[in-house]
Amino acid sequence: MSLIEIFRVLYDDVLKHRPDEPLWPDRDRCILSKGHGCLAIYVLLASHGYFPTQELRTFCRFPSFLGGHPERGKVPGVEASTGALGHGLSIGVGTALALRIQKRDSRVFVIMGDGEINEGSVWEAAMSAAKHDLSNLTAVIDYNKIQSYGRTSEVLELEPLLDKWRAFGFEARECDGHDVGALRDLLSNPLSESKPGLILAHTVKGKGIPFAENDPTWHHKSRLSPEQIETLYAALSEEG
Amino acid sequence: MRKTCLNMIYELAKQDERIVFVGSDLGPGLLDDMKTEMPERFYMEGVSEQNIIGMAAGLAMEGFIPYVNTIATFITRRCFEQVAVDLCLHDLPVRLIGNGGGLVYAPLGPTHLAVEDIGIMRTLPNMAIVSPSDAEEMKSFMRNSVEWPHPIYIRLGKGGDPVIFDDSRPFELGKASTLRDGGDVRIISSGIMSKHCMDAAKLLADRNISAGVVHMPTVKPVDVDAVLAASDGKLIVTVEEHFRTGGLGSAVADVLVDANRIPELGVLRLGIEDRFPTKYGSQDEQLEQYQLHPAGIAQQIEDALAQRSEDT
Repeated sequence: MSLIEIFRVLYDDVLKHRPDEPLWPDRDRCILSKGHGCLAIYVLLASHGYFPTQELRTFCRFPSFLGGHPERGKVPGVEASTGALGHGLSIGVGTALALRIQKRDSRVFVIMGDGEINEGSVWEAAMSAAKHDLSNLTAVIDYNKIQSYGRTSEVLELEPLLDKWRAFGFEARECDGHDVGALRDLLSNPLSESKPGLILAHTVKGKGIPFAENDPTWHHKSRLSPEQIETLYAALSEEG
Repeated sequence: MRKTCLNMIYELAKQDERIVFVGSDLGPGLLDDMKTEMPERFYMEGVSEQNIIGMAAGLAMEGFIPYVNTIATFITRRCFEQVAVDLCLHDLPVRLIGNGGGLVYAPLGPTHLAVEDIGIMRTLPNMAIVSPSDAEEMKSFMRNSVEWPHPIYIRLGKGGDPVIFDDSRPFELGKASTLRDGGDVRIISSGIMSKHCMDAAKLLADRNISAGVVHMPTVKPVDVDAVLAASDGKLIVTVEEHFRTGGLGSAVADVLVDANRIPELGVLRLGIEDRFPTKYGSQDEQLEQYQLHPAGIAQQIEDALAQRSEDT
């Protein structure tokens, strides 16, 4: 839930993309590095016609092409198979370099989780992105401040996070990750002409479901009682 | 072999704009010509193997053919997940070139030896594994490597290895070649061990034991036909500069078991015992310690033949 506005803004307003030609060479590339957030990207891809919306109902079922982590080649519009954390930014660096060699003006977006950036590989990739002045690369962190075990501040402190990215050579900004206007302002153009960009999107885990918001026990929850499902629908209707 | 391999990247890159080089923190001056002439296709990215693999994946997704080079053990152990997911799951044409395959870095100890590299790579779908015998075979292989549509792990020897490759038979990925014909014993080997096996076969001939040698530079996909053909002999011997677990011997055994074609006197798998090496010295000294030098190979085969013939 914390990711949905980020993808809504990317697919509706920012990305150059063609749902009827998912591999259009001049498209912008959007890599969901925190693969476990795939439902958010599946919903946006379906909404834009990459595949029929009813396929969403098959999510994670045995014959479905929509698994619990996204796979390139299976799901039209998915750029990279992710799920193991800390891979997306390096793939994004390679993609951004390739696009530069090919002289395409396409941009690369990599969406990471806050728990994900515990991985050292993310920081290897960050150094590499800055070394190559990859202004065509924009990383977004879904900073909901909760990872699997609990709060990021308790599991492995990330702060001062903006300063870290700046020290690693990124043009780093922050915004309310549920404010579509603020996201649009930051995502629409590269943040710098010479540096890779980093957007720290402050989000709320479980946003829109009052009883799930900011509750780590909802991080992986997949089995819901009929009562819980009813309460979910009720909460969404209230949001309206 | 290493120098030839790297030079070939430069030569191939001159003819093919898809080829890029990605290194970690290699020696100064490496591929300077390529760096000067095509800087946009030369990357030296520091001691960051995980990033290098992911970056190569990104380049390959966009149509490039990255040749990645660092020390063998760091390209296999250190970034296994990136190799598995970024390269093999996506099935991308990235070439991983591992310096110092086997016991080459003997003086540097077990952190730098690559004696389980083939076992690690063999577990991965889509990955091919190539272990050439010498610089000439490397050259032939490299020419053939460009169009292979899947990832490849390339195991490099020390360099200056004796040439046994016959250039009248160009390298073909997945194909073995017979270096010495048949007999009761059929030796299957790869990399620099094939030369040692040829020398061992000569020693055995002096003792009236006829041994053929099949050089199998592609460990995966293994040449099933060549393995099955070797099962016509009485004894198959695999020889590898690798732990006995998971490498060439295991690959050959898999084929024989699956086809139910075990030779009369079985399979003798020669390699390194299942313990981290404790000594230093040179590659040759270590090979001798593990009885993987020509005299050691010949002796182990002779002993096994005697023992197993007595048992049957």
